[in-house]
Amino acid sequence: MKKIEAFIRHEALEAIHDRLATMGLPSMSVTEVKGSGRQKGFTESYRGAKTTIFLRPKLKLEMVVDDADVDRAIDTILELAHTGEPGDGKIFILPVEESIRVRTGERGDVVLAPHPEEATA
Amino acid sequence: MRLRSFRLVPVLAAVLLLLVPALAAAQDVSDSDIALNSTFVFFAAVLVLFMQAGFAMLEVGLSRMKNAGAVMGKILINVAIAFLMFWAVGFSLAFGTGNDFLGSSGWFLDNGNPATDFASLAYSATNFEVTYFFQVVFCAVSLAIVFGAMLDRTKFIGYVIFAIFFTGLIYPIVAHWTWGGGWLLQDGFQDFAGSSIVHLQGALAALAGALVLGPRIGKFRDGKAVPIPGHSIPLMILGVIILWVGWMGFNPGSFLNAIGVNFADVAVNTNLAACAGIIGATVSSLIMFRTLDVSQMGNGAIAALVGITAGCAFVEPWAAVVTGLIAGLIVPPLVVAIDKIKVDDPVGALPVHGMAGIWGTLAVGLFATEERATALAVGEGGLFYTGSGHQLWVQFYGVAATIGFTFTASLIVFLAIKYTVGLRVSEEHELRGLDISEHGMFGYPERFIDVPGGQPEDLPPAPAPAPAGTSTATDPAPAS
Repeated sequence: MKKIEAFIRHEALEAIHDRLATMGLPSMSVTEVKGSGRQKGFTESYRGAKTTIFLRPKLKLEMVVDDADVDRAIDTILELAHTGEPGDGKIFILPVEESIRVRTGERGDVVLAPHPEEATA
Repeated sequence: MRLRSFRLVPVLAAVLLLLVPALAAAQDVSDSDIALNSTFVFFAAVLVLFMQAGFAMLEVGLSRMKNAGAVMGKILINVAIAFLMFWAVGFSLAFGTGNDFLGSSGWFLDNGNPATDFASLAYSATNFEVTYFFQVVFCAVSLAIVFGAMLDRTKFIGYVIFAIFFTGLIYPIVAHWTWGGGWLLQDGFQDFAGSSIVHLQGALAALAGALVLGPRIGKFRDGKAVPIPGHSIPLMILGVIILWVGWMGFNPGSFLNAIGVNFADVAVNTNLAACAGIIGATVSSLIMFRTLDVSQMGNGAIAALVGITAGCAFVEPWAAVVTGLIAGLIVPPLVVAIDKIKVDDPVGALPVHGMAGIWGTLAVGLFATEERATALAVGEGGLFYTGSGHQLWVQFYGVAATIGFTFTASLIVFLAIKYTVGLRVSEEHELRGLDISEHGMFGYPERFIDVPGGQPEDLPPAPAPAPAGTSTATDPAPAS
């Protein structure tokens, strides 16, 4: 089991979510975050006073997937989050020890498996 | 007889009051004239009362979300104190018959003869209480200006105490000098609807308050002004437009009559000035900041309305455009200048109501036509028409006297509040926001706390499950 943490642009999310869902990987969490990196800040001008904002808004997409699914999930994110400009984001892969489904108490890889209807779709 | 039955609604004493002015002015004014004048002035007063909604939206738009509720509470207590104080003493000090400096008759509107107790208003052929209503909402406008520059850091009790002194003493005295038949009117000081009397006074008290308070935490860093953006430009501009609508009562209604005056002409001047002010502030913002600052465009409209308030009945339309354009042009540089001297004025009350008020009052001394000054029987034509600087000089010392009195008196009251009950909230309260620290409730609760009842999008599915095999609702595959 691996956790994928991808920092992406807001406008990339919908396409990534749709594509991953058709691949049987619909489970994810998305958080609005602010961060700084190579992308420069922007200037806010308000009533004649100016300030530079270095923290830009991004989305943090988190998903835990079976080892076998890691590469195709990453390839999807790489393809759809890419514009070629600074600020496209970064992807991190972390090991995961255990996963548990709250509704049933199941543990292990079964928790990550696609929903039955999606597997047959 | 409709007039009389209309009048019978209040207490019996009021009936007596009503008949007397009607008789006093009865030579050539009919009951229907009085009814028409009263209806017009009443409607104008309602528009001016509606300006409180404009101030509320303008100020809340330029304050932060954590203080939104406190701004609303402040507006309400403002109106309440203004009405009560003006009824008790303010109206008598301002418009009562007295000496050249203050009035002294008709306390609590309780008088035997309005025609003599309020002789300064005898030119208004209306029901007496209508003129009171019209004047009290003006006083409330002046008070609302004061607290715009004091947003986000003032103790509630500070508003209350200052409001009592401002509406019960400071504002009425200056109003008496001109509108109550005092020394400035006798000198021919021209301030038709109150560029100085209402707006400059409010701004002077605002300056005194902002100086005593000091800037908001975080406003100045390393000697430079830091933007503290207001939370809603749409609300701010809604406020600007409501104020503009209110001005259609503020200026045209100041004739206190509908018959025998051309109030529509005043409305034309007022609107022309407002439009020129928007253009002026937009151009000025573009040149100074290289941006089209929307809040400055709104400030430009208000500055122009303030500027034309003194001269709206004295000048030609072209002069209204010039007055408004210059009032709008000066706003953006003045906002920056006020930042430079380390005074924190979140809504721009000082440039918009103060400097534009001074400019507008002086502009009458330039642009007043002899014909209109004669018709209004106040002062004479301005420098541009007569070549004489006399009217400009009168305007100048009228403004100077207002500045001297109102700023000093306000400063004394604010300092007295500061060293007794305190004017500014604690640092902790300011950081947490006045909503929760002063009022115990948020203006926008869901922005800051979880509100019971659940999130609309996070409920479990409805009890009845869909029949097996019909899984379209959960099928995430795109239609393509």
